Amino acid sequence: MSEHRLRKPKGFSLLVFALVCAWLGILLVIPLGSLVYTVVESRHEVVEVLIGAEARRALVLSALVAVACILCNGAFGIAGALVLVRQRFWLRRLLDALIDMPLALSPVMTGLAFLLVFGRSGVLRPALEGLGLDVAFAWPSVFIATLFVTLPFTLREVALVLEEIGDGEEQAAATLGASPWQTFWRVTLPNIQGGLIVGTTLTAARALGEFGAVLVVGGSIANRTQTATTFIHAAIEERQEPAAFGMALILAAAAVLLLLAMQMANPKGKRR
Amino acid sequence: MGIEVRNLVKRFGSLTVVDTMSFDVQPGELVALLGPSGGGKSTVLRIIAGLETADAGEVWLDGTRVDHLHARDRQVGFVFQHYALFRHMTVAENIGFGLSVRGVDKARQAETVERLLNVMGLRGLGERMPSQISGGQRQRVALARALAPTPKLLLLDEPFGAVDAKVREELRQWLRKMHDEVGATTIFVTHDQEEAFAIADRVMIIQSGRLEQHGSPLEILDSPATEFVARFVGDVNVLSGVVEGERARIGPIWAPLDAAQRAGLPDGQEVHVVVRAYDLKFWRDDAGVASVRRVMTVGDRVRIEANLHPLGSQAEGPAIFAQFPRRSSLLNGIEPGVRISIEVTHARAWPGKPGELAS
Repeated sequence: MSEHRLRKPKGFSLLVFALVCAWLGILLVIPLGSLVYTVVESRHEVVEVLIGAEARRALVLSALVAVACILCNGAFGIAGALVLVRQRFWLRRLLDALIDMPLALSPVMTGLAFLLVFGRSGVLRPALEGLGLDVAFAWPSVFIATLFVTLPFTLREVALVLEEIGDGEEQAAATLGASPWQTFWRVTLPNIQGGLIVGTTLTAARALGEFGAVLVVGGSIANRTQTATTFIHAAIEERQEPAAFGMALILAAAAVLLLLAMQMANPKGKRR
Repeated sequence: MGIEVRNLVKRFGSLTVVDTMSFDVQPGELVALLGPSGGGKSTVLRIIAGLETADAGEVWLDGTRVDHLHARDRQVGFVFQHYALFRHMTVAENIGFGLSVRGVDKARQAETVERLLNVMGLRGLGERMPSQISGGQRQRVALARALAPTPKLLLLDEPFGAVDAKVREELRQWLRKMHDEVGATTIFVTHDQEEAFAIADRVMIIQSGRLEQHGSPLEILDSPATEFVARFVGDVNVLSGVVEGERARIGPIWAPLDAAQRAGLPDGQEVHVVVRAYDLKFWRDDAGVASVRRVMTVGDRVRIEANLHPLGSQAEGPAIFAQFPRRSSLLNGIEPGVRISIEVTHARAWPGKPGELAS
């Protein structure tokens, strides 16, 4: 029956197939292809700019921030997902909704909000100055802003898996004499591995690609708060197209590598 | 391990799932908690295991109050309804888990796992993942896992609910055998009366969070304590009648009542009479009080449905059904449309008005 249904509209499914290919072509292949083409064409200039100190520093900052976000939001995501899914408490719904705020807020707004906290007249400014800490227009602000925008990813992915697998295995572990710590390491963590991989990938991709928030809060100061994305922005402003294209290609390659790594770690694309 | 449960109460929101329940289980007994779904059986089991906290009441295991103890410290084996096997561990790792978290050395773990694999008929499956074995095998892995740390109390929540009928029958026999060999006190939850009566030493009938009756299978079958138990256990007719002397009159037929029952039932008392399908005799009689509606063969028995319908009366009376073995001489000449006589050989009666029958 189902086979029959699948076979019947042959012309129609061909049409859909063609539409999907065209759509992917317009949205993905053509822009990425022209990027690659342009970079290859002007490869000498591109390489020259990219081995410069500014580009290197921007890349390193982006990478470090991404790794730090994966670690911090990974730990927070697991803990937060366990709290949200496994515990019932007052205000749980509110907390649940708050987690998604970073997805709904425009990054520029996020940047502005953090400026109000760390900036010249920010609420935390006196305390930070007293401690001798420079946050706004320094790398910590870039880190914190990226931390904010990548907050929900790991948590959501892990929560999804926790919801799906239920707490049966955790209860079984308890009746078998396992401590909460043993249960976490031996039962819960292996079970949420898939969600963790997907969440980590999304976090890394978002951290590397974040632009608005880090531009506002960090100011794209070369060698100090410039990330890969704000480097591109600055390069375009300064009409340094080869630098912009080169850095853009590096980011695109990083994205492809991330997706490949996720596929390999999680071959069936399953979340667990 | 002996269990004492005292005045247990559990509420979920405004719903009272367990309502002041008390009972004892003797060491070494195999007990079934039987009742309709949603009656609170599983909750009682989970409270004993420490997976759920009671709102009031006490649980004592071997003379020690355990209400404050975490599940991991109660040394109770628990078999979950849907197995809850660790999906990322092999069968052998699953079975060994309870030993490994307690720090038992590797050699002894391996030895126990091997022994349990053999006993459970899982030889050679140790390296498989739970997703690679059948439902019946998973159930046995769950049981082996619960037994590995040699608990003195084994609790099973609807253990055979998720396997097909044939495997279920096998596992039942097998649980009884296990119980007799291991000797751990065992409580299992079921909504299947056949299962409860087939293997349990004692059966507790639970309904709406209350313990209706606690006794041996025979006691519950032959002397149901409440109308609910009488109606719940077995295939029964529930008919409206009136007490007259030593009998209850149900329209044109009579049901005998024994002395113990008559004591609480004065003459003229309206009653609900509960009659098991096998406590009836039907035979063909053209001047009889009922007419046959349907005759169905169900496996090795025949079920006959009739309506009480005295000759000459226009109104059709209440339906009544009986079951006989297929070759029974009582079946001679019985077919749809014929008239029959009915004798009630055994019945129980509780005060009740005709209008409340449906409940």
